[in-house]
Amino acid sequence: MSHAVNADTAGTAGSDAGPTPGLSPKAKAALSEGKKAERRLGLLLCAPAILIMAAVAGWPIVYSLWLSLQRYDLKFPDRTEFVGLENYVTVLSNPYWWNAMWVTVLITVVSVAVELVLGMALALIMHRTLVGRGIVRTSTLIPYGIVTVVAAFSWRYAWTPGTGYLAETVAGGDPVLTEKIPAIMVVTLAEIWKTTPFMALLLMAGLALVPDDLLKAAAMDGASAWQRFTKVMVPVMKPAILVALLFRTLDAFRIFDNLFVLTAGSQGTSSVSMLTYNNLIKGLNLGIGSTMSVLIFIAVAIIAFVFVKLFGTAAPGGDGGGRR
Amino acid sequence: MAEIVLDSVTKQYPDGAVAVRDVDIEIADGEFIILVGPSGCGKSTTLNMIAGLEDITSGELRIGGERVNERAPKDRDIAMVFQSYALYPHMTVKENMAFPLRLAKVDDATVEKKVRDAAEILDLTQHLDRKPSNLSGGQRQRVAMGRAIVRNPKAFLMDEPLSNLDAKLRVQMRTSVSRLQKQLGTTTVYVTHDQTEAMTLGDRVVVMRGGAVQQIGAPQFLYDNPANLFVAGFIGSPAMNFVPAALEHGVLRSALGDVPLTDRVRGLLEGADAPREVIMGLRPEHFEDARLVDEAVRAKGVTFTDHVDVLESMGSDKFAYFSLQGEQATSAELAELAADAGAADVPGGGVSLVARIAATSTAVEGEPADIWFDADKVQLFDPANGRNLTYSG
Repeated sequence: MSHAVNADTAGTAGSDAGPTPGLSPKAKAALSEGKKAERRLGLLLCAPAILIMAAVAGWPIVYSLWLSLQRYDLKFPDRTEFVGLENYVTVLSNPYWWNAMWVTVLITVVSVAVELVLGMALALIMHRTLVGRGIVRTSTLIPYGIVTVVAAFSWRYAWTPGTGYLAETVAGGDPVLTEKIPAIMVVTLAEIWKTTPFMALLLMAGLALVPDDLLKAAAMDGASAWQRFTKVMVPVMKPAILVALLFRTLDAFRIFDNLFVLTAGSQGTSSVSMLTYNNLIKGLNLGIGSTMSVLIFIAVAIIAFVFVKLFGTAAPGGDGGGRR
Repeated sequence: MAEIVLDSVTKQYPDGAVAVRDVDIEIADGEFIILVGPSGCGKSTTLNMIAGLEDITSGELRIGGERVNERAPKDRDIAMVFQSYALYPHMTVKENMAFPLRLAKVDDATVEKKVRDAAEILDLTQHLDRKPSNLSGGQRQRVAMGRAIVRNPKAFLMDEPLSNLDAKLRVQMRTSVSRLQKQLGTTTVYVTHDQTEAMTLGDRVVVMRGGAVQQIGAPQFLYDNPANLFVAGFIGSPAMNFVPAALEHGVLRSALGDVPLTDRVRGLLEGADAPREVIMGLRPEHFEDARLVDEAVRAKGVTFTDHVDVLESMGSDKFAYFSLQGEQATSAELAELAADAGAADVPGGGVSLVARIAATSTAVEGEPADIWFDADKVQLFDPANGRNLTYSG
């Protein structure tokens, strides 16, 4: 606590009055004893959490990295050996991997884009609703409250020719889940239906950050409703939008359950997670499977990096990062 | 620039609450008018209705002779300054000020020139490229003013624009707002709950209470001739003293002694159908230390002796506080004023009275002092409805 306060006052003093030569090093030296103790206490308090994180997250990551550098197939356990980056060459030059990558990117981009638009619309409705606010919010959140696998099964039955109402009405009896592009569309639709409420919730929190006076001022300044939305509301809530996009992009990129239930990756509809699962768990190929998990890990890290560093998204838990 | 007319404008919310009741105000072109009153009196609602941010339930609003009830805020050509300043945090000072011009699709060169000119007037030239978050309160306030003036609108609406500033800055900004308004000559409607701002800024002041207009007039006129108890108590600082009194045979019997009715007061009372029990109002400055008053003048007033509870020396003069024996003056208006001032939270019974006396007075705290007041300055109010019985408007 006192840490943050110190940093703040130093910051304002610095920006207002310029550097104060001679004073700050002295102050630093005087504080260092107390600060050291404080830091030690801080580390001690963090230690249990760090140990648990290392055990449940750190070790599996390191172990996957290690496995990815070996030829390690449980079907041929005696041929296990260290092969360096050979697995990576194998995966990255494999058309199945690249197909899965494009499917994943397609589902991610389309679903997140549609969710953003729909989520914003829902958020605005929930924010503006005066009558029956509770009912509107609850009913909006229902899809998000249903277990993904259960929802995916209901989608599958709905699209099954002969019994499903969607297959009969929308698809005209065609087995849409057995063709690549229609199947991907159905999966994307299921994703959107499922997670738009989450997007709407995050965006609604952002809407609450836009002061009413600002919108009134814009109205007085001559802005139409659409201009108030694009020129005032969206820029002011940009940090919240970016956080929502980051969360959803990371989530969507790791899509698994909807695909698993709806197509099980058939007809080239596998996502990268699906492909990894097939290699690692079904194929028992620990080397190749781990290589794929490491590649997904890297892709997710890149997405997060792009959002946080390039778009200036406030990292979850950080403060003020988005204000630049 | 234009005149603004409110013709029995009423605002009723869907739940039935009436926020503003039959307000008639005619604001002349170029006039600086102040809406003042305690919180919840409907002054901000009235301003929002002029702005178009709230619908008018009934009545008519005309700007420049045209009915604008149904027009959106952006089509009324008026600018507003908010208490929170409502600066766009993602835009620089320059972009903030240029925003209304950009929306109006004004060409770049004109925008540049108008923003420069406004920045010049408001002394913001060196801050044009900064974001609002890096400005002080006073600078933000000036940017908000700048955003209003660049458009050269028909009227300015200001909703407590100085309330978020600290006391010293508020006084400075008050004079600059006044100067700016005179310089631009734009019709201005200014909302405040601060009677000092109302007195010092406006050409005319509208005192509101409970959604209704109490009195409209020049500040000095309101001060000298309040239409009722509420206006009398609201305008002026320290507030007017109210003492219960009884009219008996041409004399006012009160805790301050018997006050003879002067010819002026008697004349005004004649047509007023005054009750026997009245409330006597006396401004603090109509008192004086009796020792400093000439014999001749002294005869025209009343002298009383009481213990000085507290004596505050302001340098230029002194405020002497007394607590008088007897009942406190009571009326709905006074109760509301007391609640607004938070007086209900302050302990103390009986009538308290404040007198503004000369700095040369030798009165001492805790000692009795002879205090004189001018009987001709007495104002009498009807406790039942608050009406000023000595009103000479």
